[in-house]
Amino acid sequence: MTKLRLPRLLNSVSLAALGALLLAGAPGVGTAADAVGEIRIGFLSQTPEPPPSVANPDEPAADDGLAGASLAIADNNTTGKFLKQSFVLDSVEVPPDGDAAAALRELAGRGDRFVVVDAPGATVEALSKLPEARTLLLLNATAPDDALRGSACAANLIHVAPSRAMLADALGQYLVKKRWPRWFLVTGRRPEDKLYADAVRRAAKRFGAQIVAEKDWTAESDVNRTAESEIPVFTQAKAYDVLVVADEVGEFGDYLSYRTADPRPVAGTQGLVPTVWHRTHEQWGAAQLQSRFKAAAKRPMTARDHNDWTAVRVIGEAAARARTADPDRLIAFIQSLDFTMSAFRGAPLSLRPWDGQLRQPVLLAADRSLVSVSPQEGFLHPRTELDSLGYDQPETLCKTRGKTTP
Amino acid sequence: MTAARFTGISLAALIAATLASAASAQTIYVSNEKDNTLSVIDGKTMAVTDTIKVGKRPRGITLSRDGTQLFICASDDHTVQVFDLASKTVVHNLPSGEDPEQFALSPDGKSLIIANEDSNIVTVVDVPTRKVAFQVDVGVEPEGMDVSPDGRWGVNTSETTSMVHWIDMEKRAVVDNTLVGPRPRYAQFTKDGSQLWVSSEIGGTVSVIDTATRQVKKVVDFHIKGVAKDRIQPVGAKLTDDGRYAFVALGPANHVAVVDAKTFEVKDYLLVGRRVWHLALTPDQKMLYTTNGVSGDVSVIDVDSLKVTKTVKVGRYPWGVAVKG
Repeated sequence: MTKLRLPRLLNSVSLAALGALLLAGAPGVGTAADAVGEIRIGFLSQTPEPPPSVANPDEPAADDGLAGASLAIADNNTTGKFLKQSFVLDSVEVPPDGDAAAALRELAGRGDRFVVVDAPGATVEALSKLPEARTLLLLNATAPDDALRGSACAANLIHVAPSRAMLADALGQYLVKKRWPRWFLVTGRRPEDKLYADAVRRAAKRFGAQIVAEKDWTAESDVNRTAESEIPVFTQAKAYDVLVVADEVGEFGDYLSYRTADPRPVAGTQGLVPTVWHRTHEQWGAAQLQSRFKAAAKRPMTARDHNDWTAVRVIGEAAARARTADPDRLIAFIQSLDFTMSAFRGAPLSLRPWDGQLRQPVLLAADRSLVSVSPQEGFLHPRTELDSLGYDQPETLCKTRGKTTP
Repeated sequence: MTAARFTGISLAALIAATLASAASAQTIYVSNEKDNTLSVIDGKTMAVTDTIKVGKRPRGITLSRDGTQLFICASDDHTVQVFDLASKTVVHNLPSGEDPEQFALSPDGKSLIIANEDSNIVTVVDVPTRKVAFQVDVGVEPEGMDVSPDGRWGVNTSETTSMVHWIDMEKRAVVDNTLVGPRPRYAQFTKDGSQLWVSSEIGGTVSVIDTATRQVKKVVDFHIKGVAKDRIQPVGAKLTDDGRYAFVALGPANHVAVVDAKTFEVKDYLLVGRRVWHLALTPDQKMLYTTNGVSGDVSVIDVDSLKVTKTVKVGRYPWGVAVKG
């Protein structure tokens, strides 16, 4: 913990760039012999096309996600100018049916050793297995699949987004704390909905709630016009406290509230939603990030923006702490027990060595208000309460990442 | 110990009474971030005697050196208000730059150095002429501010960059940077200027920096039985002039840590209100006041006995506190 000493590294940077980044006449900050360390971060995004049946009233912005990564690059560079580190984002957008592997190769070819992947889980998994990815660190920014952290885990892959298990646990703790332990689980027809429902069942088991009723939503039709008649019939179930819905793309979940047969709240993928970020979140300095983002992107920060911001900040924070721009040393530092960072959600984030998951608090948000933040008080854990969310060390299905005990 | 006891009117008695009841002349000012008000507490009765409307989102507050004015960071009005204590009115605004949050006054009272949280800048205002003297670029989300007792250094902590930026006040430039624990929130020089104490909210620590070398010489850690480590989030801090104690507000841990400023050992943890944020000592160093954001109150700590003696309800989200002696 001392005054800044320059990392002695990269030499490919021109003297002009060096001069521009040097603080004018700064004694103790470095000498002209020290080079600027450039850290190149690839940003590979792929947005699946939403099914035509989804009438989303809030069309996502074209730069959803990328705007978060861009702000983080600016944040990294503000810090970096005091450490003679500069950060560059190489962004590639892969079409839904495009060749993500080719995009990754291109980024690796540009010298990017860190690649933030904002893509569906299948793409993340395929990329992590490429021979070209072996020496990279892939940061899974958005895919929530537990399998990526379990059977498909990889040494070159870390997970910035919380897993479905973490999201469901965050919600489950709150519902149990509210003494609403009887859940009516409604699952959509898509494979990811089944995975979300699995995570909800797992949470119920962990926290002593019961799934008292379950139904699958199979309607092919656009429910917009028929919801008022269909949903009261569909939601007739035995006594329950909360309807928990698993509908990740939003085919029908938004139509459930106010239409259930019994007057019950809706939670899960719609209604009360576990998420990393919400536009009404302002605690722990979040108001500052919200206003910084809004000034840059001219719109509120979404959860996807926030995940990408966090992914790029992981690298920036590591570079500042380890005081190096050397990718190998940074990759080792990020995965070490010394790495922690702040992300405006109260508790410090750090990496679970057993599956590469970033441990983090999860917000519970309604449309226009932040309702709570999990882990909830009373859900104890000997290491950190954050490990009461998701797969803990003894439960992990990851076999390839070693068993370092934090 | 009270003035009432001295009923025989002799000059000696009067003087004794005045000395003994110094606390009675104290007034405590508290900024309420979510009410846009200032609560005024009488130091003798510990009652709120007035609630005064000020600018939007008032946060950092500090007294002028002559004690007649209070500077108020009205963050959402993007200004520093100069509040006259006698007339209880805002007499003028100082140009502060965007979103001022905390500031510090130079020892001569002439320069106010202000953290502009949203624009990664520190603004230095010349108080007599009410003009911006200069601005310097700092790290992401500048927050904690102080000026060394000899006036040489202005320091600023940046929360996301996690550094102390050393501003040479004569050269008007950042000339050194010290990396500290994540999210540094508050900085204070010791009375002799030899050390700078910096709290790190997410790091959960306080760094003690040697001013001469700008190197961290000690990191103080905190442990409270029954409180999770990641809920211990140091924010405000205050050092006693005699070099005996450092008090550290631990945010959502709802405690103030009492640190022996010589050995750096934590002596005690005092339970106060919820989300304890900033602290102020009385000029005689006998009392410490804390702002407790979530419970909306102020805790009063007796420095000699290290006991919390009183809780005073104020407005919503009390943030800054200043004591006029």
